[in-house]
Amino acid sequence: MSDESKRELFFRAIFERNPITLLVLGICSALAVTGSMATALVMSISLTLVTACASAIISILRHRIPNTVRIGIQITVIATLVILVDQVLQAFFYDLSRQLSIYVGLIITNCIVMGRAEGFAMNNPPGKAFVDGVGNGLGYSFILMTVAFWRELLGAGTLFGYTVLHPAIRGGWYETNGLMLLPASAFFLVALLIWLLREIYPSQLEK
Amino acid sequence: MAKDSTIGSFTIVLLLALVCSALVSGTAVGLRDRQEANRLLDRQKNILLAANLYDPGADLETMLAALETRIVSLADGAFVPAAEIDPEEFNQLGAALDPRTGRELSRPEDLAGLGRVEKYSLVYLVRANGRIDRVVLPIRGRGAWSTMHAYVALADDFNTVVGVTFYLHGETPGLGAEIENPAWQEGWQGKQIYDRQNQPALRVIKGQAPPGEAGTHQIDGISGATRTLEGVSRLLEFWFGEHGFQPFLERLRAGEINDE
Repeated sequence: MSDESKRELFFRAIFERNPITLLVLGICSALAVTGSMATALVMSISLTLVTACASAIISILRHRIPNTVRIGIQITVIATLVILVDQVLQAFFYDLSRQLSIYVGLIITNCIVMGRAEGFAMNNPPGKAFVDGVGNGLGYSFILMTVAFWRELLGAGTLFGYTVLHPAIRGGWYETNGLMLLPASAFFLVALLIWLLREIYPSQLEK
Repeated sequence: MAKDSTIGSFTIVLLLALVCSALVSGTAVGLRDRQEANRLLDRQKNILLAANLYDPGADLETMLAALETRIVSLADGAFVPAAEIDPEEFNQLGAALDPRTGRELSRPEDLAGLGRVEKYSLVYLVRANGRIDRVVLPIRGRGAWSTMHAYVALADDFNTVVGVTFYLHGETPGLGAEIENPAWQEGWQGKQIYDRQNQPALRVIKGQAPPGEAGTHQIDGISGATRTLEGVSRLLEFWFGEHGFQPFLERLRAGEINDE
């Protein structure tokens, strides 16, 4: 694993070893914020930033982090970064931060961030850890945006708030699918994506 | 110094904690003004939303100009002249805590779970041809976990709800936080606060409120949000009762204070 080039590391994290579809991590927020593409995008950017920076910082500190308290230190670094992101959102993107409500704060407990810090950054140099963080963040973003695309399109007939399919409730022809607006619909979409990726990479199939 | 020794561990943890707390408090202090400005803007937007005056395309300043901000003494429902308390400077939540402008609520009085209540409240008036056409009242109370803040706007009979917005709370997303859902808030429109005996009667019920006359004082329930909505019912009873806005609304209805 350590002899992979950064490039391979990056693309594998997005598709082949995607944190949501292969590891099934970070599902909580994937269900919660994918009702509209705008919130999914902000969440994706925030998580990618946090994962990349947390991995890099923890990797820099990795020779100094005492083994006994390493999880606590990782959480402290991650929590600090998340609070910074949350404060910036509240100051500059207030409406979005209201919509994301507690989910930005919950990035702290998002398993992807912790998983990459503990599983990769602790044993790899900062450059690689950063690339791995960005890759995993983008992998998460890829799933989030795909799910949000279908949910917003089929559920509300819009994309980023712009009407694409004119909904019947506002005098158009498209009968909106209410199920798509509910978080549970993300389960079906994530499952379809897992199916698709496991068709492409048969090695992921569980025996 | 070995990193895995007890002292080594402590040193590293302390150092990291110091650096992180400096970063966090630095950002919090540095961005506070901007965040405060956002919150104020959000409150103003919600007042307009409750009064059904908000238009996303229009200029906020122009819309705000339609609102007249006044201070009301809750005990007798009279306006307090701006010379006495300046509405622009008045901090309502702070006033509840100050012994001069707030008072403690006894347990049977304290339906909304506030502990203390202010003696004066901000109200927002919307005039049409000089007469008061709508009035927006700030109300709040305990939900399941948090204090819920809302604005409710009444029509010129000072009984029929024009609109409501719950704009600040810490209820569970997906459950209690559904009080923020515009579709649910729309269900408040046209409901009446007071019954024939002039008692505050508006409540959230379980299930759907029946249409027409039978549902005049009932608001749809939200599944999974029972405790939040019990809080909503109680805060309505408190704020439209004798310790809340009832004296003020009675004066308005009697036409006593329709002056400029």
